[in-house]
Amino acid sequence: MRDSKRKDSFSISRRSFLKSFSTSAAVAATAQVEAVAQELEKANREKIVGPGSVPIALNVNGKPLKLEVEPRVTLLEALRNHSNLTGSKEVCDRGTCGACTVLFDDKPVYSCSVLAIEAQGKAITTIEGLAQNGKLSPVQQAFIDQDALMCGYCTPGFVMSVTALLKQNPHPTADQVRHACCGNLCRCGTYPRVMQAALKAAGVSTTSKTEVISYAKLA
Amino acid sequence: MPSWPENRVHIGSHAKRIDAPAKVTGAAKYSSDVQPDGWLYGMILRSKWAKAKITKINLDKASKVPGIKAAILDREGERTVRYYGEELAAVAGTSKQACLDALRSIDVEAKELPFVVHEDDAKDESSARVWDDHPNLSKPRVREQGEVDKAFSECATVVEGFFTTPVQLHHPLETHGNTISWTDEGLTAWSSTQGIGSVQDGLANNLKLQQNRVRVISEFMGGGFGAKFGPGVEGSLAARLSQAAKAPVKLMLTRFDEALAVGNRPSSFQKIKLGATSDGKLHAFELESYGTAGIGSGGSSEGGGGGAEFPAPYIYKVPNIRVKQAGVTINAGSARAFRAPGHPTASFGMESIMDELAAKMSIDPVELRIKNDPSEVRQKEYRLGAERFGWKEKYKKAGSSAGPIKTGVGCAGATWGGGGKGTKAEASINPDGSIEIRCGTQDLGTGSKTVIALIAADILGLKPEQILVRVGDTRYPPSGGSGGSTTTASVAPAIYDLCTKALDELQKQSGMENARGENWAAACKKLGVNPLTVSGQWQEGLSSSGAGGVQFAEVDVDTETGFVKVKKITCVQDGGLIVSKLTCESQVNGGILMGIGYALYEERVMDKTSGVVLNPNFETYKLVGLSDIPEIDIVLLDMPERGVIGIGEPVTIPTAAAVANAVANALGVRVGGLPITPARVLEVLGKTKTTSEDSKEKV
Repeated sequence: MRDSKRKDSFSISRRSFLKSFSTSAAVAATAQVEAVAQELEKANREKIVGPGSVPIALNVNGKPLKLEVEPRVTLLEALRNHSNLTGSKEVCDRGTCGACTVLFDDKPVYSCSVLAIEAQGKAITTIEGLAQNGKLSPVQQAFIDQDALMCGYCTPGFVMSVTALLKQNPHPTADQVRHACCGNLCRCGTYPRVMQAALKAAGVSTTSKTEVISYAKLA
Repeated sequence: MPSWPENRVHIGSHAKRIDAPAKVTGAAKYSSDVQPDGWLYGMILRSKWAKAKITKINLDKASKVPGIKAAILDREGERTVRYYGEELAAVAGTSKQACLDALRSIDVEAKELPFVVHEDDAKDESSARVWDDHPNLSKPRVREQGEVDKAFSECATVVEGFFTTPVQLHHPLETHGNTISWTDEGLTAWSSTQGIGSVQDGLANNLKLQQNRVRVISEFMGGGFGAKFGPGVEGSLAARLSQAAKAPVKLMLTRFDEALAVGNRPSSFQKIKLGATSDGKLHAFELESYGTAGIGSGGSSEGGGGGAEFPAPYIYKVPNIRVKQAGVTINAGSARAFRAPGHPTASFGMESIMDELAAKMSIDPVELRIKNDPSEVRQKEYRLGAERFGWKEKYKKAGSSAGPIKTGVGCAGATWGGGGKGTKAEASINPDGSIEIRCGTQDLGTGSKTVIALIAADILGLKPEQILVRVGDTRYPPSGGSGGSTTTASVAPAIYDLCTKALDELQKQSGMENARGENWAAACKKLGVNPLTVSGQWQEGLSSSGAGGVQFAEVDVDTETGFVKVKKITCVQDGGLIVSKLTCESQVNGGILMGIGYALYEERVMDKTSGVVLNPNFETYKLVGLSDIPEIDIVLLDMPERGVIGIGEPVTIPTAAAVANAVANALGVRVGGLPITPARVLEVLGKTKTTSEDSKEKV
């Protein structure tokens, strides 16, 4: 109860802040600047949370996850450091590599770039939530079949990005896969295999051109 | 002498990576993921000066930050820091936020000292010295053979060139770091490492512990590429924090840290002169080079390895050579081994000048290589690769394609060792038929676990998924660090030996003549209550060394934007007996893509006035992305008679040289400096003005 109230008050806070600001800005044209400042201050005061820990309630992989974290804690930190959902990886911690990708509903989101407190009210899916009753998702299976991973540290992010793509567009072209994965980085160089896995999961058959030739038979 | 079975079902097959399910579900627990009870978050305070005398560090305020359980100094007393990012202190607390607050509240008193971060500046005797007791420019190592000056006068054609390569950063996606628990019982480190043994050794030494009190675990690790062998300063700090806080501490570096203090590939500045007789035979070679490995090999960021020297004249044999190579110390983090240390650098310079020679002599570059490459295997690879690539049709006179987007092709070759030995392994075979193999190697993502399972399955007549493989624990029989592409060549023979012995022993104990395959379960049942345990070790004759390889590249270069697009790479690679085809192919892909990064994108940039690394993150230090990948055509030459040889490194060596040669072929003018950025392309085309500062780097 207390949690949901908090959630509501926060989730509307930015929008209402902006709204109050634009209203105020209109007033400012005709009224005292002082009055505007007071109004802004009041509007802000009501929505202040933190800096200490606050209780938050997340919905992760269909289950509630209640945590006490500071408002400055990112969703990625909340998952990795404040619970045991370590499948999402921290690689750059600034929205460039995609290893921390999770889904909000069906939309891919960098969990390092969302505050945990902002993620309340979203249906969050992490890599741990893709397999159902021990059965891997078609995307996960395709990554295994095509060996679309090496060290595996970027893999959860790629699997989530491809999953999001196929939810939105079950029959993507290679270009659409490139676009969907342009926010994910891999250092081992699994990209060709990620491409094959994405297409395979979408039902397009792919073949590896690699050939093994016996040296002894070479002229 | 032992030999690999003639009939191989799983060895050389496309069998899937055995730990892939754990990696696609998030179940794989890396060192950065483990959460021992009561674990604390750890972070490091680093020098913000490129050089300074540190007179005092006050941790009082940091210790009092709510949630902070320990705050320690890297070293007591006055000290001199010599690069931006050198470790000063560390804290551990109940959250990352507490640590961030604590780091901000540490007072450091420092006296700034003059520094130098660019190689050309550092060479100058009037520049600040990194180390007081010796100049920045080392005395060159000189190698001379034959009569070089006379030989050049005998040449029909002589070419000269100047080539530069940047400092490249490893940037494994899992940063360096450990989760460490140090109690009275001893120390357990979950380490993101390529060498559990070297981390055990390093931690025991640094912390004055007996080695039997130090256990290192690395079940999954997120990439190393040569930079993760020792415990690092960060490892020792994590251990000391754990001791002070009386709790386990997880201390993983940040992405920014990763660019500063845990290794890199040294830069190079290579002045090369090459001459050939009228028949196209190489006759005289001269190289003068310098480059930087940072403040020096080893030093305060440990890791060792990675001097600024490289092999020359690389894969070629020239009768008359003079080689002078020097290192330049600068105020930046030390180099460490980086995927085929020295070789991509060497390949780029040498293969570039080879193409200059081919152009001047009007010889086809492939023909020039076949004529001069002493390796018969590579000669064959050039012929095979040229055929598949369509070299004859694609190779045109340099700069001759019409329109603003120019197409070009290039090629280059590589050599590497890839041998290994010394691994031990053990197996428990249980009465219920289950089997566990334990080996103190580590799987960096190269597929070591899968290799073990495939070999065991073939020898025992089982399926790979029946083999439970455990690696990455110093309690298992030792193997050695995973570097130099030695792992498979070291591990595979030990597993062969182990499983051959296990089968013999099982047959003896069960009284069954053949315990393989379908008889396995029945034989195991006869063991009674206790499992059968067997040990095995590396045997001569099952692995060797010496991998070659050639690559061909086709590029498009937009002469209006300077943008280079690699369209196709053809790779012909030899590597003995291929154990796991699938993971081997993945390694080849990865090597090529890392080579494209070296060719086109990657470069650490230092700021001259502040001594700071300007691009410590992925917005500004560019890695290859999915959109950058070319068509990749791979041919693996199977040579089972040679046994197992590693190929992780040779496949990354020739890519940059082949791409650079293709760009030169497209443009008709050479970009002699890596990475081949749009700016550099436009510059050699004369489409941009060069500032005086840039001209120093100009090639």
